[in-house]
Amino acid sequence: MDRIYLDNSATTPLADSVRAAMEPYYQEVYGNPTSLHSFGQRARKAIEDGRESIAADLGVSREEIVFTSGATEADNLAILGAAMAAPKRKHVLVSAVEHHAVLHAADWLASTGDWMVERIPVDRVGRVDPDTVRSMMRDDTVLVSVMAGNNEIGTVQPIEAIAALCRERGALFHTDGVQAIGKRDLSLDGVDLFAASAHKFNGPKGTGFLFIRKGTPVVPLVHGGGHERGLRSGTENVSGIVGTAAAVRLAITERTDVVERLLGYRERLVREVLKIPGTRLNGQREGGLPHISNFSFQGIEGESLVMRLDEHGIATSTGSACSSPDLEPSHVLVAIGVPLSMAHGSLRVSTGRQTTEEEIERFLSVLPNVVANLRAISPFKVGE
Amino acid sequence: MYTEKVIEHFRHPHNMGKLTDYSAIGKVGNIICGDVMWLYIKVEPNEQGEDIIADISWETFGCTAAIATSSMVSDLAKGKTLDEAIALTNRVVAEELGGLPPKKMHCSALAADALNEAIYEYLQENGRPIPSALARRHERVAKEVGELESRYSQFSDKGEA
Repeated sequence: MDRIYLDNSATTPLADSVRAAMEPYYQEVYGNPTSLHSFGQRARKAIEDGRESIAADLGVSREEIVFTSGATEADNLAILGAAMAAPKRKHVLVSAVEHHAVLHAADWLASTGDWMVERIPVDRVGRVDPDTVRSMMRDDTVLVSVMAGNNEIGTVQPIEAIAALCRERGALFHTDGVQAIGKRDLSLDGVDLFAASAHKFNGPKGTGFLFIRKGTPVVPLVHGGGHERGLRSGTENVSGIVGTAAAVRLAITERTDVVERLLGYRERLVREVLKIPGTRLNGQREGGLPHISNFSFQGIEGESLVMRLDEHGIATSTGSACSSPDLEPSHVLVAIGVPLSMAHGSLRVSTGRQTTEEEIERFLSVLPNVVANLRAISPFKVGE
Repeated sequence: MYTEKVIEHFRHPHNMGKLTDYSAIGKVGNIICGDVMWLYIKVEPNEQGEDIIADISWETFGCTAAIATSSMVSDLAKGKTLDEAIALTNRVVAEELGGLPPKKMHCSALAADALNEAIYEYLQENGRPIPSALARRHERVAKEVGELESRYSQFSDKGEA
């Protein structure tokens, strides 16, 4: 049985070209980039070339890119680092549908008692209204964090409008861009801080970066040898950085083609899945990220749905409470008002550049049977 | 994360569905918090005249562990006398499955509770004496249902699923 991977929001396979770009940086070029000799110089050059490449792809300056271990670290550096660098401003706004890397970093700020953190509510599809942000902003708002695209339901946020508001009020604007690179049109104009993670767009795991606009005050969280202009100490992940740069280049180059193909898959998925009775789409019908579709099925529970699909070789994920470490259903589904009974029965299907039409069709042929099978053993019958 | 035995019961659950001529039903859990189990028993006397669980089935809304424990508790209870069935604990259910992840232990409690509730209902409906251990467990389950309902009262979606 061929296995089908429809969990590309969790992680993606390394692209061949990315792997090839990384290959020399394990055994051939192994110097410490800080070393003075030629071994070190070659590694240093690889890092700086990577920085240059990413900056060019995003239309920013190379000194604005700080490499990290991934987006969780980048989000933490953005939120904690910016808040701690602005001693007079004590108010932080984060959207209710942010990734835990943002929410929990902000919660930590609040837990110190020195900052006040508020969550920006979202509408029924998970969108932040810029007017709501305007009304919640204060003179002492240091930072507003609203993601570029949501990792669970794919909702795209109006980051340009929110960035403009922040600029007016002298607050910093951070956006978690983890799901956005290669998946939506992105302009970093007006964005002060932008976090990305290579493995979400066919790069290696454990590496990513934070864009920090020139002049944005940020204090480091990791202290040591003063790497990355003192903002992130620790010997650089040379192969990872090379891989990140190669993956950004691939994602940006392929974007138009991949987005068109994935939007076609999404259109078909949404249309066909909603034909199953007792089903709802969570998030935007149109205009969302092309690779994420999130559904809820009445009367069945998401974890068993994911496990049943896995028996058929199909990998998906769920926001069900049973699958989360704290046994609480997805905060994103709760924030958009999905009734808890339906939040337990959610299924996220996320495609990637390697997804084929045949895979979508096989998923669509298996899903109705799996849903019917689980409903047959559920006390809640749909349509009775 | 799950043992082979859990996966086996999840893939091919035993005794699932609704008995047409059940003697009593045990309903536990709450859809708001993600696990609901309805357990049906048919009670008949055996050759010695003791009441036994002659047939059993269940319907469950829940995760892999909830479905596997439903299947396992139905296997364990089938053919047992009511006294033997009352003595089945969640620990036994979990052990028979080769263990459950710690955060899934509540699923095995749900299965044992559903069996208890069904037996409780049977004894009560037939005007039979109820062993004190069974009565205590029934009170605890009823109390937990009340607590869950108040905890989730802000989510008024009972009609939705």
